[in-house]
Amino acid sequence: MAKVFIYPATSLILSDMVARFGHEPLGSAIGIRERIQTPGFESPPLQITPEEPKKGLKWAAVEVPSGVRGRMAVYGPLIEAAEAAVIVRDPEFAFGCMGCARTNELILFHLRNKGFPVLELDYPTSDNEGVAFVAAIREFLGGLPKEGSP
Amino acid sequence: MTEKVRIAQLSCGPEYSGVQKEINDAAAMVDAEVFFPDIMLDDVREGFESFGLDVRSPDLKLAIGRAKALVDGKIDADAVFIATCFRCAEAAIVRNELRRYIHENSSLPVVSYSFTERTTAGTLLTRMEALTTIARRRALLAREEQEGITMGIDSGSSTTKAVVMKDNEIVGTGWLPTTEVLKSAEGVVDLALAEAGLALNDIQAIGTTGYGRYLVGKHFNAQLVQEELTVNSKGAVYLADRQHGPATVIDIGGMDNKAITVQDGIPGMFTMGGICAGASGRFLEMTAKRLGIDITELGPLAMKGMGDKVPMNSYCIVFGTQSLVNALAEGSAREDVAAAACHSVAEQVFEQQLQEVDIKEPVIMVGGTSLIQGLVYAMGQLLQTEVVVPHHSQYIGAVGCALLASGFVKGE
Repeated sequence: MAKVFIYPATSLILSDMVARFGHEPLGSAIGIRERIQTPGFESPPLQITPEEPKKGLKWAAVEVPSGVRGRMAVYGPLIEAAEAAVIVRDPEFAFGCMGCARTNELILFHLRNKGFPVLELDYPTSDNEGVAFVAAIREFLGGLPKEGSP
Repeated sequence: MTEKVRIAQLSCGPEYSGVQKEINDAAAMVDAEVFFPDIMLDDVREGFESFGLDVRSPDLKLAIGRAKALVDGKIDADAVFIATCFRCAEAAIVRNELRRYIHENSSLPVVSYSFTERTTAGTLLTRMEALTTIARRRALLAREEQEGITMGIDSGSSTTKAVVMKDNEIVGTGWLPTTEVLKSAEGVVDLALAEAGLALNDIQAIGTTGYGRYLVGKHFNAQLVQEELTVNSKGAVYLADRQHGPATVIDIGGMDNKAITVQDGIPGMFTMGGICAGASGRFLEMTAKRLGIDITELGPLAMKGMGDKVPMNSYCIVFGTQSLVNALAEGSAREDVAAAACHSVAEQVFEQQLQEVDIKEPVIMVGGTSLIQGLVYAMGQLLQTEVVVPHHSQYIGAVGCALLASGFVKGE
């Protein structure tokens, strides 16, 4: 079972597909769950404090907007833990959207430079494309190692 | 209007920056609540597509959709707060266009802010207070004449001012540098009362504004404790006799600057801040000190000089001072350095703040810095318009307070 980062990270459909084909999806649900369930923090709705943008400095420099750094503090550790990624280009809103275009560019940059297997697909616009889309993801996930690397 | 002022938030990034709680806290301090307008996915899509600004960030698309819903009356709100990350170019475009769009297409007061992770509730308080005042106290802001005997106290970051007004006239003034907040306030009150020939018992209502407004207001049992954005804009149009129609008020203060568009005495769009103290009265004070003159001499000296002969960094008080010292060391004339300092301050206010409000004539400059002739001239040159400096412009906050406080004279 490999840890697969999904993009858009909010996509429940992608998350479900990765899990269904035997791997562990890494998406925003995991990162955000920690920020919602961690007691003691008081910044709603994600319970993120100004400490997160500081942690985000690891992935985005100080002159980058604070919201980007805060988001990277959530996504950065997941990208680091990932062993593969599925990227859907130009997805439709309802497929799962992530709030900041600049963060999205940075996430994609990091994923493409990790040196692990990455599947990039265009968002399907017809039934036929949809079938090919799912088949491509299944094939990609099927080729990933069943055991995660240490 | 609901009892609590409901402020609709249009934003991108505050949750991830850890400042959402600060925004909520600032709203709570002025008995307001911030909420996110609830709209459907189709409204988001339709909203940003018809708006025509094809931004990449989905959160900004959502903000645009929410703005459209507010303007279309689908969402019930009393005011709008727009907040996006500092430094984000895309967000800056959206922030500006949404503020303009809401201002032009609705009667909702709107303010925008670009935050960092270090933004605190205290920083946002004045803006939230102004939003709620405009939403809640339109009747008070509509007051055009001062009645009875009232006093206004403006406890600013650099100076403390007091004004006594009687039957629509200023009869006493007091002005002192701010040291200890209460001590300075007591000092200016004594000065103003002495000039008016009155005692504190004669005053029927007191209003306070400025950074020390809460402390001073409590000390003097003020009926009105009000932030400086609404008070200054009201005072400005009152003194300049432009209470009807549009106006733009510029107040370059000791610590921050305000640029406010006003319609019939009620503020519409406003910005408050400045990138650095390089665009503040403090820089001009430093310049005067370095030139060995009193601040009151800086304006006339600047009028004799040519500002473009001396390059001056207008974005930072440290680098600006470095430019100033270098220019003097290279033998530049003091007049030119004074003019360059004035131009430098005006330039940053023009570039950083005045781009965010729609300048509507007349442009009224107020506050202590409006007495610096060179600064007013530089601002007029940049805006290509004649800048109005009303009488008693340095007392603007105190005058606005005294005027508005008269609404409490008869328990109004």
